[in-house]
Amino acid sequence: MSGFGVLMRRELALAWGRGGGPVVAVAFYACVATLLPLAVGASPQRLAAVAPGSAWLALALASLLSLERLFERDYEDGALDLLALGPAPLEIVAVAKCLAQWISTGLPLALFTPVAATALGADPRLIPLTFASAVLGGLGFAFVGGIGAALSLGTRRGGVLIAVIVLPLFVPLVILGAGAIEALAGGLNWTPGFLLLGAYSLAFMGLGPFAMAAACRNALA
Amino acid sequence: MGMITALANPQRFMTVSRVAAPILAAIAVLLAVVGLWLGFSAPPDYQQGATVRIMFIHVPAAWLGMFAYACLAGSSFFGLIFRHSLADAAARAAAPLGAGFTFLALVTGSFWGRPMWGAWWVWDARLTSFLVLFLFYIGYMALQASIDDEAKAARAGAILALVGAINLPIVKYSVDWWNSLHQGESIFLKGGPALAPVYLWPLGLMAFAYTFGFLALWMTRIQAEIWRRRAGALAVQGAR
Repeated sequence: MSGFGVLMRRELALAWGRGGGPVVAVAFYACVATLLPLAVGASPQRLAAVAPGSAWLALALASLLSLERLFERDYEDGALDLLALGPAPLEIVAVAKCLAQWISTGLPLALFTPVAATALGADPRLIPLTFASAVLGGLGFAFVGGIGAALSLGTRRGGVLIAVIVLPLFVPLVILGAGAIEALAGGLNWTPGFLLLGAYSLAFMGLGPFAMAAACRNALA
Repeated sequence: MGMITALANPQRFMTVSRVAAPILAAIAVLLAVVGLWLGFSAPPDYQQGATVRIMFIHVPAAWLGMFAYACLAGSSFFGLIFRHSLADAAARAAAPLGAGFTFLALVTGSFWGRPMWGAWWVWDARLTSFLVLFLFYIGYMALQASIDDEAKAARAGAILALVGAINLPIVKYSVDWWNSLHQGESIFLKGGPALAPVYLWPLGLMAFAYTFGFLALWMTRIQAEIWRRRAGALAVQGAR
């Protein structure tokens, strides 16, 4: 098996292993979605108007949850030192970690996003696009979030710091993803937002690993 | 370019900036005095009334908020590639200044928005992308503050600043895509500015005043950063 496959298997096993990471992320998502009607009022018209956007907001927040452990776990127990010395460059390690993060956290959240949006009163017509944009956006959340996770290695107050670094970077993802759904709901052309969302996610999939590897080397030095 | 490489020597930078910073500050004060005087003696706008004067404070602050980010990203680039300690100090010194200018632009914009738009804040494209710029500065400073090792803090900050340099234009365009209600560009237009000279002069003077003021503050902050490092090194030496 190739080195990349081994890395992916290891990351997925760790994500699904102890602690039930994806389940916790989905539970967190459900909690945020539950608080929303309690905060803004339960009237169906009001909820339906904000449903797709709130589903995306909750998605962005839930994507933050498991980022803290993405590099920190391996940094603390020394595995990151070994990975840095290994044959695979750190860039590839970063790609494996973020892809595993996407598969283990992003996809379960993407499955749950249309459920939450519909429960909040979004039009069922929007379900396919909500799911597709959450899948694509999840890729961006994983790779952009990975940069924040790698940068905050070895810092005090890791988790909050990641959120402060990463949330401004999430702005285009939230705008484009929620915007595409909003456009479809309003009877407009949804493809530009969706395609730009894909472009942004793929761009950070290409650029992010270099920043992550540089940040890891810096933390290990 | 030649000037930047000449100033890259910390010793020479200290000698030059000790003279240059007060001169730049004096020019900034002079320009600001003239600019403000012209600004306050300009006639009220036929639509905006006296609130047009907020523009002389607000618009240069917004420009400098972006200019400071360019300085931050440029210094970070040099610091990251050439591992130059002065570039690290320059990046670190630029961030609070940029955050300050951005904050000033946001606050004065909101003072202008209250009488003009009837609201302290509107979620329009330019305001939103400026708010994101401000949050970005905060994130940068929070990252630097939470890493104890100076060299590591500088490199981590530089990586974040460069990621931001790629991301901030995308934020700008995605926010524009999202919504636009702010008035369009009115100064750098084809066929000359749409602004009357009576407003253009104070605005230009204030822009230069802000720029010189920024350069003076930046130099002073870099100096302070170098002194702080030397003091730290001396303390370590003394403890041995």
